[in-house]
Amino acid sequence: MKKLFEKHNNWFFRAGFVITAFMLLMILIGQFWTPYEPSAMDASAKGLAPSLSHLFGTDKFGRDIFSRVMEGAGSTLLIAFFVVLIGASAGVLIGAVTGYCGGIVDEILMRICDGITAFPSVMLALIIIAVLGPGKWNVIWVLAILFIPSFARVVRTEFSRIKKQNYISLAKLQGVGPLRIIIRHMLPNAFPVLLPAISIGFNNAVLAEASMSFLGVGVSVNEVSLGRMLNDSQNYILRGLPWYALFVGLTIALLILGFSLLGEGLQKNNEG
Amino acid sequence: MNFILKKLTTMIITLLVLSFLSFAAFEMVGDPVATILGTNATPEAAAELRAELGLDRPLPVRYGSWLVDFFRGDWGESYIYHIPVRDMIHEKFVITVTLTLMGFFLAVLMAIPIGLYSARREGQWIDRAITVLSQILMAIPPFFVAILLTIFFGLLLKIFTPGTFVSYQDNLGKFVGYMIFPAISIALPRIAMTVKMLRTTVLGEMQKDYIRTAYSRGHSRQTALKQHAFKNGLLPVITFLAANMAEMLAGCIVIEQIFSVPGIGRLLMTSISSRDIPTVEAIVMILALWVMIVHFIGELLNDAVDPRLHG
Repeated sequence: MKKLFEKHNNWFFRAGFVITAFMLLMILIGQFWTPYEPSAMDASAKGLAPSLSHLFGTDKFGRDIFSRVMEGAGSTLLIAFFVVLIGASAGVLIGAVTGYCGGIVDEILMRICDGITAFPSVMLALIIIAVLGPGKWNVIWVLAILFIPSFARVVRTEFSRIKKQNYISLAKLQGVGPLRIIIRHMLPNAFPVLLPAISIGFNNAVLAEASMSFLGVGVSVNEVSLGRMLNDSQNYILRGLPWYALFVGLTIALLILGFSLLGEGLQKNNEG
Repeated sequence: MNFILKKLTTMIITLLVLSFLSFAAFEMVGDPVATILGTNATPEAAAELRAELGLDRPLPVRYGSWLVDFFRGDWGESYIYHIPVRDMIHEKFVITVTLTLMGFFLAVLMAIPIGLYSARREGQWIDRAITVLSQILMAIPPFFVAILLTIFFGLLLKIFTPGTFVSYQDNLGKFVGYMIFPAISIALPRIAMTVKMLRTTVLGEMQKDYIRTAYSRGHSRQTALKQHAFKNGLLPVITFLAANMAEMLAGCIVIEQIFSVPGIGRLLMTSISSRDIPTVEAIVMILALWVMIVHFIGELLNDAVDPRLHG
């Protein structure tokens, strides 16, 4: 841990680390304990303003918004986690192969990636979800596939750079096979550029899930997530209950801020 | 010229692939005949309607004729409202494009002076303040900006009333007035990103040899920055802004929902949920065309500023 901080000795990394760690801690606690049962309705506490007993206030059913946010943020983070896991794994694989091999395979795969990235991912995701129907896993698969190009591109650039280094030529001369070269010699060295990409991936995944669920084409109606809650809370704004939307939005913004600062900090380190 | 041709070809191929995929995807959603006739359709009526809509032909044939019709200006008829899709989309498209352009120009007009100012005052407190502020603004999603604006200006200050949209055809002044807050919501994160990028690129240029030459010719830091570094620093920003224009259009889909602006994004959402396939396909095609054209213009501008890039 200490080494990590010494290595990334910049303002962005520290601020991002603190915010992300705090959010993750709250989410982790929310998995085991919340101040109230997230779905418990309390007829005597409908639409309350934030107070000490209800930190974020309550909604029109008397449900504690703070408890709901803790639960919803966990669900959003889980979606982001799987999106990044699947997207990054496939992206690394594609990036490694195209970066190492080059030639026609590289050309074709990169043109496909160009085509996907030219379009705003939320727009594409919207259309695909419209066909598949809403649901947590549908959101995960759609976003994961749309995120592959960003990882593939980063890894490919790094791989085609590393490929020309002397130690790779040496390994080849010694008769090391391509698979071993990719996994043992190139992948560890591509890690520093992959790390910020993963952090930015989390940032984008949280944003995309929130936007999609907000529009009603993300998780299904009976699942919880921050975007889903933002959708619910929108109706409250003009009825004089603005804090619901405010706190949900703030939670999303903080999650995104943490990941984006973290990504920025990790990237700064690569630039030297 | 060769480069333009190459870009154009890629653009057209991407467009064709995308339109075919969306066309095929909506085939899987379900039978449009069932949507139109409802549950109490007789098999005879269904078959008749299917023949009338041309749904009895194989998929590639239908796609081909749809594509030809699209570029001829015949975008089909809405399954739900039974009016030509083109008439339905026209007004909404103008609304959304206005919103995007307002956001875009707001972003350009704010970001370039602020970015330059920040670069000029490098290391001073005002530069640091701008850097920190833009870093935070970058992370705030447009829909949250929209919610904050609604609460602050709508609920507390009562400067505008959400949900009182007026079409440009009825009252242009009120229309533009209502669109200001949605435009700010879309523009704010983009302003922050552009400021940051412009500052970095301009300061990067200031390290180069030609700036030292400019100094040796008696230029001050101010004029060197304005006359030399700015021009070269702007180059990557142009491509970035062009890509932004596409993202902003997608951002409109969410923002329109919050501010109840009846633009193309809202129409897309309602058409998707009501399975009005001709409308959805036309919108997808238009959005795709828009994205492609914007990227293309960005490339052309880039090429005009620095012809070396493409040989």
